Amino acid sequence: MSTLVPAVDVESRASAPPRPAPRSKISGHLFTGLSTGFAWLALAVLLGILVALAVASWPAIETFGIGFLFSAEWNPPAERFGAVIPIYGTVVTSLIALIIAVPVSFGIALFLTELSPAWLRRPLGTAIELLAAIPSIVFGMWGLLVFVPIFAEVQPLLAATLGQIPLIGTLFTGPPMGIGLLCAGIILAIMIIPYIAAVMRDVFEVTPAMLKESAYGLGCTTWEVSWRVVLPYTKTGVIGGIMLGLGRALGETMAVTFVIGNTNFLNSASLFLPGNSITSALANEFGEAGPGLHTAALMELGLILFLITMVVLLLSKLLLMRLAASEGGR
Amino acid sequence: MDLHRRRKLVNRLALGLSMGAMAFGLTWLIWILWTVLDLGVGALSLSLFTEMTPPPGADTGGLLNAIVGSLILVGLGTAIGSPVGILAGIYLAEFGRSNWLGRITRFVNDLLLSAPSIVIGLFVYATVVATTGRFSGWAGALALALLVLPVVIRTTENMLMLVPNSLREAAFALGAPRHVVILRVTLRAARSGVVTGVLLAVARIAGETAPLLFTALSNQFWSLSLNEPMANLPVTIFKFAMSPFQDWQRLAWAGVLLISLGVLGLNILARILFRAEKLS
Repeated sequence: MSTLVPAVDVESRASAPPRPAPRSKISGHLFTGLSTGFAWLALAVLLGILVALAVASWPAIETFGIGFLFSAEWNPPAERFGAVIPIYGTVVTSLIALIIAVPVSFGIALFLTELSPAWLRRPLGTAIELLAAIPSIVFGMWGLLVFVPIFAEVQPLLAATLGQIPLIGTLFTGPPMGIGLLCAGIILAIMIIPYIAAVMRDVFEVTPAMLKESAYGLGCTTWEVSWRVVLPYTKTGVIGGIMLGLGRALGETMAVTFVIGNTNFLNSASLFLPGNSITSALANEFGEAGPGLHTAALMELGLILFLITMVVLLLSKLLLMRLAASEGGR
Repeated sequence: MDLHRRRKLVNRLALGLSMGAMAFGLTWLIWILWTVLDLGVGALSLSLFTEMTPPPGADTGGLLNAIVGSLILVGLGTAIGSPVGILAGIYLAEFGRSNWLGRITRFVNDLLLSAPSIVIGLFVYATVVATTGRFSGWAGALALALLVLPVVIRTTENMLMLVPNSLREAAFALGAPRHVVILRVTLRAARSGVVTGVLLAVARIAGETAPLLFTALSNQFWSLSLNEPMANLPVTIFKFAMSPFQDWQRLAWAGVLLISLGVLGLNILARILFRAEKLS
């Protein structure tokens, strides 16, 4: 009897486990292989975008060389293309957006973390986040059909006030048409405020209460605590949020296309004038561009835009890494 | 003015400005939502859901083909993008936490996440549309899938990272192989977070216009063929809003209302889902 028990054991060990084992092993390998493969896919997509855009824009790169970046001429019939005006439009509208959005977002984040009554915090925070969820085409259409007519009435006021200041005054001169670089910048600002504000609020919230209480204990006012304690403590996160907003603004297409005016002529510094951004040039012209140099030049614009956003992201990452490293010793 | 008074004044001024900033932000939200509701509801009608997009000058017509096309494109884009994204997210959280492929993929994913959607459209144009020689529903769905991918990768990874290691160790201790631990234990624990990520990705692509301009294009007629240009709401809105025709603009407002409601609804749903999980 005692010899029978191990015999059964041996048999069951020999027959039962091997059957499920290979299947489980195969599906295990399959699963690992699939997830590893898809991780590689992200890498492949990035390389694919760079290579595909470079190949598609090669005729333009070959024809215009580095001069593409320094020529302000955009003349499809003559097949002469330069990227200065779209790049200028993209950079200027994004800067306007940041100049407006950063202080406003800081104010919103400050309000949500320090001033707001507790019961209002959640609904107000959610409202700001919902503003981020509205699709950009809604901003664009609302901007063109609702905001622009009103803004055209406001522009003479801006010209009469800001336009009189020496040096920056020339920025606020020109015909009050509503549409233009300034209008596009303002719409972009509205779009990126929620992104920046949400990040700022999140990082302000994780500031240790003890730090703030110590400052209050020394007699600091709410503003001094926020400006001198909370902001320095959270500056890496704040910069990250601003960079996120900048990335959005640089790549935003529809909201800008509706209101920027879409013209490739620009002969003054005035922000009231219509212009073009990289994205609006692509959205407007790509469909009508014939094959050949025009399409290639537009592809090159897309490549430049992608490279700009990549550089912004890399810079913000580097900055954050350096800040993190310099604070490691504290 | 003494120092104490000045500090108090500065404080009051700054806090006042902060309140002003909050009001400023809310004003835009309310203004935009009000306009969309006001003009959108005014343009709603039954024919919106029963008739095709009209030719120029016609005073009837609806958005049926655009609505159905959008649903197909968004559905396909999500169906392609999210499983791939979830698996890649699993790789990052479970296999590649600190190896070089994990680090590179995480970095590359950040780049993809910040890539302008119009660039994705150009990429799909250059690779799919230019080689097949025509705009198509497939190209549009692919472009949307590429936008879903980085969002889902990021949220899946983050959510899996939140699952406590003791849970994994307990499952391993029972002798479960790795893929069973991941699929039956960690992924299940992070389920609602992963679903939230997918919902947010859907909300993001539902309103995307730029990547569809060069891929799915648009189609004035009823077509369910994925090998043809496909009608979709965002591009139709773009076309109609820029047009001088009053009737087209009315249809565009109705379309904007539909998209806004859909996107906001998805966002709220994602929030509720995520909160319910956190409470339980």
